[in-house]
Amino acid sequence: MSAERTDLRPETGAFFQRDRSWHPPALTPGYKTSVLRSPQKALLSLDNTLSEITGPVFSQELLGPLDDDLIHNFARPGESAIGERIIVYGRVIDERGKGVPGALLEFWQANAGGRYRHKKEGYLAALDPNFGGCGRTITDQDGGYAFRTIKPGPYPWPNGVNDWRPAHIHFSVFGHGFAQRLITQMYFEGDPLIWLCPIVKTIPDRAAIETLIAALDMQATIPMDARAYKFDIVLRGRRSTMFENRLEGN
Amino acid sequence: MVQAFDRLKESPSQTAGPYVHIGLTPNFAEIAGVYERDLGDVMVNAATKGERISVRMRVIDGLGAPLKDALVEIWQADHAGLYNSLSERRGKADPNFTGWGRKATDMTTGECVFETVKPGRVPFKDGRLMAPHLTVWIVARGINLGLHTRLYFADEAEANAEDPVLARIEHRQRVATLVAAREGDAYVFDIHLQGEHETVFFDI
Repeated sequence: MSAERTDLRPETGAFFQRDRSWHPPALTPGYKTSVLRSPQKALLSLDNTLSEITGPVFSQELLGPLDDDLIHNFARPGESAIGERIIVYGRVIDERGKGVPGALLEFWQANAGGRYRHKKEGYLAALDPNFGGCGRTITDQDGGYAFRTIKPGPYPWPNGVNDWRPAHIHFSVFGHGFAQRLITQMYFEGDPLIWLCPIVKTIPDRAAIETLIAALDMQATIPMDARAYKFDIVLRGRRSTMFENRLEGN
Repeated sequence: MVQAFDRLKESPSQTAGPYVHIGLTPNFAEIAGVYERDLGDVMVNAATKGERISVRMRVIDGLGAPLKDALVEIWQADHAGLYNSLSERRGKADPNFTGWGRKATDMTTGECVFETVKPGRVPFKDGRLMAPHLTVWIVARGINLGLHTRLYFADEAEANAEDPVLARIEHRQRVATLVAAREGDAYVFDIHLQGEHETVFFDI
């Protein structure tokens, strides 16, 4: 990790205010765990200082050759994970439509049967000995990214008596400032479980939910190999720097 | 008709869920061999400048129980108050200090420990110096959108008293929720998600 990249023109403006009516609120009783884990007092608004405008830089040197290939990065030599082979690709852009280069994306998911590789997980579906479930990549100059994986299966969870998560991939995203930090989930076009899920329904606006549903893209599909899903991620935009207060000693 | 702004909406957040470790700290989750080590695990090396400190944090729910499945990230300036970031234009931060750390809370105790350095002071927008602080970001099962708070240091009373962010907290008894106590060689910081001792969280 180093801040010495010279291929990115740094911006130093404050980020646009987050629209908290578009994001899920903290307290969403249909998702039971939120009840005891949601602040009850109002947030303190803080127009960004340097502590929020700045953020860590991740260089391509961080990445191993199989970090963006979940079909193989945990598999025994010569073997691969079982399931529907897919490519997930898209761009990380900001609210101004600008590509976000150098953004670190980390993703994690269950295997084809909906089973996570985690010691706290007790679902009876089997582990796949060739599937770990984690991957990462860094966006290119245009904000583009891609990775290979298998399509995760739906997963039952102890919320309601009979709640099932839709097939989903978790995404963690770093932009250029710590205020852009975001974790979200990607869903798959056409999955009927999306509209039943209490976690999906924490998002109040149907149009907002639709931005988390990746579209099947037959043009990007590799024949006889892997289907493709396109998923774009939008991070907070930022103000132009030229009218920001001049910092003393700068 | 006037011109449109053509702005997009930010992707809505979703909870990190109980298995966040698989993606963000796979070695902690006992998924070995994918990454050499967990990202953000180490912030300092032998050449890092500044006072070495340990920070022990817990995240507490509305019934007083520590979260055993939370993930905490910190972002901070180096010993001289410079950020190791592309957007840092005031000078070059210590190359032996990442400024960014990530830890999962322990599955038994609920505690996580950061080995770092005490940050220097960073200017507020108007040039006044803020007190030394860490920016803290918390995600977990049951948290729909990552929570931002700050950690200040109990032994920086003078700087804390003139900090322009702390000064904005109307109910003064809540300031203490952002100040980590010194305990032996470490700073300890309990983040209360709700209730009587609820920590101040920021909309940044």
